Amino acid sequence: MSIFLNENSKVIVQGMTGSEGRKHTQRMLASGTAIVGGVNPRKAGESVDFDGTSVPVFGGVAEAMKETGADVSVIFVPPPYAKAAVIEAVDAQIGLAVVITEGIPVHDSTYFWAHAQGSSTRIIGPNCPGLISPGRSNAGIIPANITQAGKIGLVSKSGTLTYQMMYELRDIGFSTAVGIGGDPVIGTTHIDCLQAFQNDPETEAIVMIGEIGGDAEERAADFIKANVTKPVVGYVAGFTAPEGKTMGHAGAIVSGSAGTAQAKQEALEAAGVRVGKTPSETARLMREIVSS
Amino acid sequence: MVTGGLRCLFVDLFEYQARDLLASHGVPVLPGGVAETPEQAEAIAREIAAPVVVKAQVKTGGRGKAGGVKLADDADEAKARAQDILGLDIKGHITQKVMVAQASDIAEEYYFSYLLDRSNRTFLAMASKEGGMDIEQLAVERPEALARIPVDASKGVDEAKAAEIVDAAGFPGEVRDQVIAIAVQLWDVFSKEDATLVEVNPLAKAPDGTVLALDAKVTLDENASFRQPEHAALEDAASADPLEAAAKEKDLNYVKLDGEVGIIGNGAGLVMSTLDVVAYAGEEFGGVKPANFLDIGGGASAEVMANGLHIILGDPAVKSVFVNVFGGITACDAVANGIVSALGILGDEATKPLVVRLDGNNVEEGRRILAEANHPLVTVVDTMDGAARRAAELAAA
Repeated sequence: MSIFLNENSKVIVQGMTGSEGRKHTQRMLASGTAIVGGVNPRKAGESVDFDGTSVPVFGGVAEAMKETGADVSVIFVPPPYAKAAVIEAVDAQIGLAVVITEGIPVHDSTYFWAHAQGSSTRIIGPNCPGLISPGRSNAGIIPANITQAGKIGLVSKSGTLTYQMMYELRDIGFSTAVGIGGDPVIGTTHIDCLQAFQNDPETEAIVMIGEIGGDAEERAADFIKANVTKPVVGYVAGFTAPEGKTMGHAGAIVSGSAGTAQAKQEALEAAGVRVGKTPSETARLMREIVSS
Repeated sequence: MVTGGLRCLFVDLFEYQARDLLASHGVPVLPGGVAETPEQAEAIAREIAAPVVVKAQVKTGGRGKAGGVKLADDADEAKARAQDILGLDIKGHITQKVMVAQASDIAEEYYFSYLLDRSNRTFLAMASKEGGMDIEQLAVERPEALARIPVDASKGVDEAKAAEIVDAAGFPGEVRDQVIAIAVQLWDVFSKEDATLVEVNPLAKAPDGTVLALDAKVTLDENASFRQPEHAALEDAASADPLEAAAKEKDLNYVKLDGEVGIIGNGAGLVMSTLDVVAYAGEEFGGVKPANFLDIGGGASAEVMANGLHIILGDPAVKSVFVNVFGGITACDAVANGIVSALGILGDEATKPLVVRLDGNNVEEGRRILAEANHPLVTVVDTMDGAARRAAELAAA
């Protein structure tokens, strides 16, 4: 098993014909992902050749789903058009929309999140590397060849820290690794992934990577305390990051948390999570729990 | 300029910029202008032809207590007060501009804001009929006095929603209609300008019953710059760090810090983590700290690497440089070639020792390329923790 993405997932790519979309579609195909189509209204009816694999381009998400049975969309559409692309995917009732696009205005991400409430679509991202269930499917830009299938579940705000952890623990391997992105407003949260990993019989232990800003890690800590019986190790980046400008006085009132790395570490430790001081120490803590 | 970690760029405006932005959306404000010299302040006061308030334009709170807000009865006095305030150091911010605005008698002070509620992934309106004071204190001491109403991003604020907010805050009947109209106008500012914060404190009632925005904070989302071309002019280029400005020109995500170990890495999370690991290692070497944050992104090409090294080596505080790259899509051999050619491009400019840690795809080949190049300044260390320790040690030497 795995979470959100498996060998039966049929993936379409919105923005497949752009340079990023093309490059990563090639990589997803090479790592065994069932890419069944691309979406671009201006190139509908054409097809794109990826080293001998011909992938059809459809005019819209709904049409692509109808023709191919796709249940996952990976979105590479540039920021000015990303909001419309996500809304199209939600309205077509796709099961999973993975938004890779970086630099989407927060008014747009907050809008498409509100629009997706009550829909059947799970959104991952935006500004995220996507997710991979090694050996089964890869939806996004995570390098597939740095790890293998195994029994650790990973959820992370950071892309390269995700890769680092996957690589350090490659001998044990991963059920699914999910890069949820570090933007202020994201679709799938640490908590959503923790819940799914808790319910996934193949996942034996969970690595959770957080960073400064917001209160997602503090909320995740509360959730772990109440709902997660599998061992969790954590890492938080940003102890020495500059505080930066505060958002007036209003920001702190809303979050009710300082958002510092220290506060996050303390909350996680209070929930029984072992928190590493460095990524490598975090990997060592995981090795004490599961072996390859 | 950086809020919410080192990822999203939100830009805080000066008060006078916020005031102009509010005014352009119809929000009532008092007459005034911004001055960089006492003479300009005098001219603005003369035009207003009434008592004025001279306010330091700094992006920090507590300016009143620091002597950055003064009343003046006439233009001559405004000039003298501007003279006092210009150049004033307020919590490390040197005052370069003052705003001169008509002074207003205040009958009552209220509070109103819209902001991004990141935890609930929605927007939030906050309002209180008890403004003026520290709103953070009010939220703690008398939370019932601060109304908090979520705003659905896909619906926004129309007159009915504005009335809901205003009534939840219990605004007095005689100002209700005015505040509702202002609430709709402020939403216009918040949504059309791609703001993450619009905060009016105080929203004031003058003795004649008119409601006005007397002070405002606005934070804008830099991700929206593709559709907000006029926002570029609001950036505070004058007080930006010169290295940060140079980095920005090269599209590099660089933040100057006050340590000695220059940092280059790929990916915001990995670079943040690198800062932490260097700071830990530095404890052992007399408190050596990271000198900067620099994320060169996933690509890590030779050119980007050279640009990054050029910025870091331009910082006189830097004693050693830690290059920390995880080779994913761009594999380690390509990164190693990038480092070698970057050092070639930089030539004599490269004078500080470089500690390089590579891991990930094709790592053996990457390390072999660096070993073969055998550059006198480069030390390759296999682990992130070990490399951080070595870089800290070199910076302390």
